[in-house]
Amino acid sequence: MTVQPVLLLTDLLVFILILGALALAVRARRHAPSLEAWRRVGKKPAAMAAAILLLIFAAIGFLDSLHYREPLPPAPGDAAAAQIRHSAEVLSVLDGLLTPLRRQTEKTYSAPFARELFQRETVERPGGGQARIYPRLVYGARHLQTGDSLLADVARRLAWTPFAALAASGLLLLTLSALAARRHDSSLAAAMRRILAGRTTLAWRAVLAVAFLIALLIAAGIALAPHYHLLGTDKVGQDILYLSLKSVRTGLVIGTLTTLIMLPFAIALGIAAGYLGGWVDDAVQYLYTVLNAIPSVLLIAASVLMMQVAIDTHPQWFDTAAQRADARLLALCAILGITSWTGLCRLLRGETLKLRELDYVQAARAFGASTAAILRRHILPNVMHIVLITVVLDFSGLVLAEAVLSYVGIGVDPGTISFGSMINMARAELAREPVVWWSLASAFAFMLLLVLSANLLADAVRDAFDPGGGR
Amino acid sequence: MLAYIFRRLLYALPILFGVNLFTFLLFFGLNSPDDIARMQLGAKYTTPEAIERWKVERGYDKPMFWNPARAGAEKLSDTLFVDKSLRMFTFDFGRANDGHDIAREIRSRMGPSLAVALPTFALSLIAAIVLALLLVFFRATALDFWGVALCVAMMSISSMFYIIGGQWLVSKTWALVPVSGYAGGIDMARFLSLPVLIGAVAGLGSGTRWYRTIFLEEISRDYVRTARAKGLSELAVLFRHVLRNALIPILTGVVVVIPSLFLGSLLMESFFAIPGLGSYTIDAIRSQDFAVVRSMVFIGSALYIIGLILTDISYTLADPRVRLG
Repeated sequence: MTVQPVLLLTDLLVFILILGALALAVRARRHAPSLEAWRRVGKKPAAMAAAILLLIFAAIGFLDSLHYREPLPPAPGDAAAAQIRHSAEVLSVLDGLLTPLRRQTEKTYSAPFARELFQRETVERPGGGQARIYPRLVYGARHLQTGDSLLADVARRLAWTPFAALAASGLLLLTLSALAARRHDSSLAAAMRRILAGRTTLAWRAVLAVAFLIALLIAAGIALAPHYHLLGTDKVGQDILYLSLKSVRTGLVIGTLTTLIMLPFAIALGIAAGYLGGWVDDAVQYLYTVLNAIPSVLLIAASVLMMQVAIDTHPQWFDTAAQRADARLLALCAILGITSWTGLCRLLRGETLKLRELDYVQAARAFGASTAAILRRHILPNVMHIVLITVVLDFSGLVLAEAVLSYVGIGVDPGTISFGSMINMARAELAREPVVWWSLASAFAFMLLLVLSANLLADAVRDAFDPGGGR
Repeated sequence: MLAYIFRRLLYALPILFGVNLFTFLLFFGLNSPDDIARMQLGAKYTTPEAIERWKVERGYDKPMFWNPARAGAEKLSDTLFVDKSLRMFTFDFGRANDGHDIAREIRSRMGPSLAVALPTFALSLIAAIVLALLLVFFRATALDFWGVALCVAMMSISSMFYIIGGQWLVSKTWALVPVSGYAGGIDMARFLSLPVLIGAVAGLGSGTRWYRTIFLEEISRDYVRTARAKGLSELAVLFRHVLRNALIPILTGVVVVIPSLFLGSLLMESFFAIPGLGSYTIDAIRSQDFAVVRSMVFIGSALYIIGLILTDISYTLADPRVRLG
């Protein structure tokens, strides 16, 4: 009985992206100016804290990108079947880790930590007659007897979590100090004191503080989530915490793969237009002026509508629903990329126009270096900071855009869990009395954390890499 | 000046033609009219005859670019491209799925869109510039730091949360204004005050921060030092000198969106049930009315190009050194 790994298209691109990021990191380590710039980023406590938070989000997204199909139990009377059949449902490692959350669905809404459903239901009394009561939840807080105190139970379950969080952050502190001590050839205690006093070059103290908070949250989640619906349940009884965690991958994929898809076009066309000039320049400028002239929401709407028609009229392209949803997600990234590459292309063209007049490029040309070699060795490395800044600045906007587009109905597949679809479903609930606030509040909190940390990191990266220091 | 505007309009034509061609290829190249007909009619119960009838009724039964069945110039003109796409240059957009004339619908919906978008635009612009000047006045103090931090936090919240939160707080909890709806005349203020306020607040974070960087760049210039050396008060320096000189970068970002205000906002109009062009577009997207979406793309691009021309003209008004040649 083995699981069958599934590689969706976006998974593949996510892995390529991770490898690319690692390659860039290795390159930056050997390259003194960019190492210096990254050090300037690391000096800012806000940027370091944001980076840790983003790392956690990225880890969630990565776990959610390892997909597989579970084997089905062999059919009765089919014992001789040598072939193992696999379920049509595509799961991820994150789904596997969160199995209790995924499986424990209630009938409909229930508030965070609730024992009963949010709505009254009519039930038959054992002695005859009917009653309108709030039925007990099937899973949430089912271990509690009627008289038990919720607070006491939660406190008992949380008792070990501060120690676990302390231990985890202590371990991190120990590792960091050991590394620092070896590097600066000082004693372990001295290195530890320097970190705790905030006297290190990089803002490690902020990292430790955030790591402690995150460890606390994770430990609390492990302690409580299997027994309660921590963030409540939605209309069809799904756990909101599960939905929020699953939304992270969708947001990350849109925020990163969009730029990954558009980068080759933007870089190639921008540099070519700036360096070659002439008709190439005219053609590229015409292309991006035309695309720029179309309001982006309308362009996205038109493209997504057309993609929907194409997907709906060709159901034979996809084996499983997961593959179809995945193809839609990727197509959405591509469409967002089409609308957003023009800005970067224009910036790169302008920068290349400046660079091609500089002495070292002129010298390279005089020495007879080929155009391709000049572009690759002299122009490209010197515009990379613009690319980096654009990539990190675009990320948060794309995550926000996904929510709006999904609301309008031109976003991800309805079957894909995303912040947009969560907000969309939660919107109607605000009209209820009493109000169903928890699914909106969860989407709000998760999105705010993700986008805010992306914004903070992006600001630090821009300040560190932009030599003009302008906007 | 007039000659300049005329020439710019001439330059705009090839761009608008490019937009037209691009949209046509997007709508007709990716999926054939047969596919669209099958989807509109419902995939399961369609016969080839029904598809053919649907195409004839709506005039989709022509070749795309070249009609060999016709003679002379009609080979080129009696095609889908001319009939469905190029015709939009004459502001003839054809009919929507429900049979209404799109051009008439657009004319009647521009008013409500503008009634929301224009006050929102003005309010958020003024508020952002004033706040940005305030932050610059208190630059490098705790107020500046926390102001910028607040701006970043406000930028990180999806605009949908502003709308949902505002509706819940102001309309539902405080019951000050109706949740949604639209009416002309004096009632308009009751219906539009909330969307305008929310629209302004939602854009405040990014706007304030953007103008703050512009002003900070301007404030390190020599003329500012001279003005201070003359003994002008800091407020006079900021409002009379810095603001005036920062107009060019401000105008670059601002003037270009003014014509597009006609399009309204998809989100606002959908949440507040305002019968403008934004909600028209959303309805068209949800009912997959491609003719309407195509028309909106064309109008949106035309308005954007007008915005670009207006931007150049506004430079001459803001800065006497700029000459349009």
